[in-house]
Amino acid sequence: MANLVEIRGLRVAFDGMPVLHGINMDVAPGEALGLVGESGCGKSVTWLAALGLLPSKAHVTGSVRLQGADLSGAPRAQLEAVRGKRIAMIFQDPSSSLNPVQRVGRQLCEALRVNRGLTGAPARAEALRLMDLVGIPDARGRFGNYPHEFSGGQCQRLMIAMALAGEPDLLIADEPTTALDATIQAQILDLLARLRRETGMAVVFISHDLGAVAQICERVCVMYAGRIVEQGAVTQLFERPRHPYTLGLFEAIPRLYGPREPLVPIPGTVPDPRRLPRGCAFSPRCAQARPFCRDERPDLLDQQDGRQLACAFPLPGADPARADRKEGVLQ
Amino acid sequence: MIRFVSIRLLRAAITVLAVMTFAFVVLRLSGDPAAVLLGPDVPKDVVDAFRAEWHLDEPIWRQYLAYIEAIFSGDFGQSMRDRSPALELVLERVPATLMLTVPALLLKIGLGIPAGIYAALHRDSALDRGVILLAILGFTIPSFVMGLVLVLIFAVTWNLLPSGGFGGWQHAILPALTMSIGGIGILARFSRSAMIEVMGQPYIRTASAKGVKWRDVVRGHALPNAAIPIVTIVGFMVGALIAGAVVVETIFSWPGIGRLLIVSVSNRDLAVVQCILLLIAAVMVVSNLTVDLLYGWLDPRLRAGAAH
Ligand SMILES: Nc1ncnc2c1ncn2[C@@H]1O[C@H](COP(=O)(O)OP(=O)(O)O)[C@@H](O)[C@H]1O
Ligand SMILES: [Mg+2]
Repeated sequence: MANLVEIRGLRVAFDGMPVLHGINMDVAPGEALGLVGESGCGKSVTWLAALGLLPSKAHVTGSVRLQGADLSGAPRAQLEAVRGKRIAMIFQDPSSSLNPVQRVGRQLCEALRVNRGLTGAPARAEALRLMDLVGIPDARGRFGNYPHEFSGGQCQRLMIAMALAGEPDLLIADEPTTALDATIQAQILDLLARLRRETGMAVVFISHDLGAVAQICERVCVMYAGRIVEQGAVTQLFERPRHPYTLGLFEAIPRLYGPREPLVPIPGTVPDPRRLPRGCAFSPRCAQARPFCRDERPDLLDQQDGRQLACAFPLPGADPARADRKEGVLQ
Repeated sequence: MIRFVSIRLLRAAITVLAVMTFAFVVLRLSGDPAAVLLGPDVPKDVVDAFRAEWHLDEPIWRQYLAYIEAIFSGDFGQSMRDRSPALELVLERVPATLMLTVPALLLKIGLGIPAGIYAALHRDSALDRGVILLAILGFTIPSFVMGLVLVLIFAVTWNLLPSGGFGGWQHAILPALTMSIGGIGILARFSRSAMIEVMGQPYIRTASAKGVKWRDVVRGHALPNAAIPIVTIVGFMVGALIAGAVVVETIFSWPGIGRLLIVSVSNRDLAVVQCILLLIAAVMVVSNLTVDLLYGWLDPRLRAGAAH
């Protein structure tokens, strides 16, 4: 099946400081792709760059194709036609992502007008339907409310409603639950999973929470310091993470089920893009690193089992000791 | 809403009363009108008669009560020079002052805000740098220097405009320009930073992400939010419509409130000075009140805060 979006060699630099170093990423129609990595790895920048939403000081190269049409360097009007209508995006901080001085109904209707040409009563009816769909109680009564009159979780629901307004082929959900508390997180995840089933749209789910990714996605890209270091099917990566960084992310998940092992955070922090280590960027934090890793950076290579991996000394392909892990996280 | 307005009205009334009281006390403590008005060589019985006539020999608290009582019955006192009603003397001068301050205010708003917004939207461009530079020059150069420079250029060198005095609209151009330049700079800088701040907010990115055209993002989402801080500054400027002209009126010998204030202070013409200060305070208070109400209209979060 032809890909919906193909990103090739995407590089981004802010004021000459590179933060993305050539990202290749495909999204198939209807697919749910997870994008994981600690904060600062370049997950948001990847998709903001793809949609042309970065500030003008960002220097972007590479290509982003949407069903064949090249979006990189496309005129503003072409990008505006894609945003919302073909690719919609929701963000991490729902409460500040809505215009504080405009009624939410009006903000929803604007999305409907821009992307579907709806105005007046039909727009209002459709906006109310969307508010219902995403689970805002008493949509009619709350249509004229302002964002500060909604909770964070409800604001994210409204953001999702606005994203659905254009009936997009792809929804980029950039850490949609990070700012919310646990029960609300679960509700928003359920909502996203349900909407995806009902609409058949593709979803890119950006998160540093592997558990949430497993709940929504079929495929995962793991990013570290502006590069993809491992990617493959969710089950594959959960059963046998091969990049030490992927393993590290798993070890750090608080587990609800299974053996109560203590949490093992990855030592150290994501390197500052201005001071990237030589060789493999993860090597200073990696338990498996050898002298080679500090000099040479491994490329992202296809593996026999279908995954892609960028590690010179990966974890073994089979690891019976980790067989319980999938149940632990996926239930 | 009623509560919101009445609290603010009460606060406004208290502010005006405080200004009146302060002016009254300071004026009476800072020098004797009799000495200034009558001159040094006047016999003591004439001075005493004068003081008795104007009740200056009474205790200050009694003078104060009489003053407040008179104000509430609409009597703003009389000039000690020629006994004409102070209020009339003051109101007579208002049009001349407004003839300078209103065009100056319009220039500030009409040039400063658009320049700042343009600079913010073209951040780091040559034009942005130019706007910043001019803005800084505008509000760092004191108005008396600015006035003299403008006079040198337009009146002395090019002989295009009169250098001072009261007359037709040509006479108003240089003083109004002098008065507006600092405010244009302030508003340009302020609008620029307000707009830059707003353009970096997540909701602007949301609007772009949902496919809204850039112009409509700016007009429909950025400007209404940037208006909130800008209104504050414009409010201050409206408040200064009466008081802001003192220096410029003096430079250009313009017969407005500012000149009257200077003359009356040096003459210790108490009633006139008090009347001017009262007018200044009233205008400031009314403009602050308007700004508060505008806030509520512009920002629904404040409206909610006021309701509780
Ligand atoms: N507007 C910006 N200006 C400068 N640097 C930025 C900007 N946005 C992101 N960055 C940098 O780019 C890197 C990747 O950021 P981001 O994609 O937001 O990470 P995350 O994976 O947490 O989403 C970080 O080092 C961040 O500091
Ligand atoms: Mg991010």
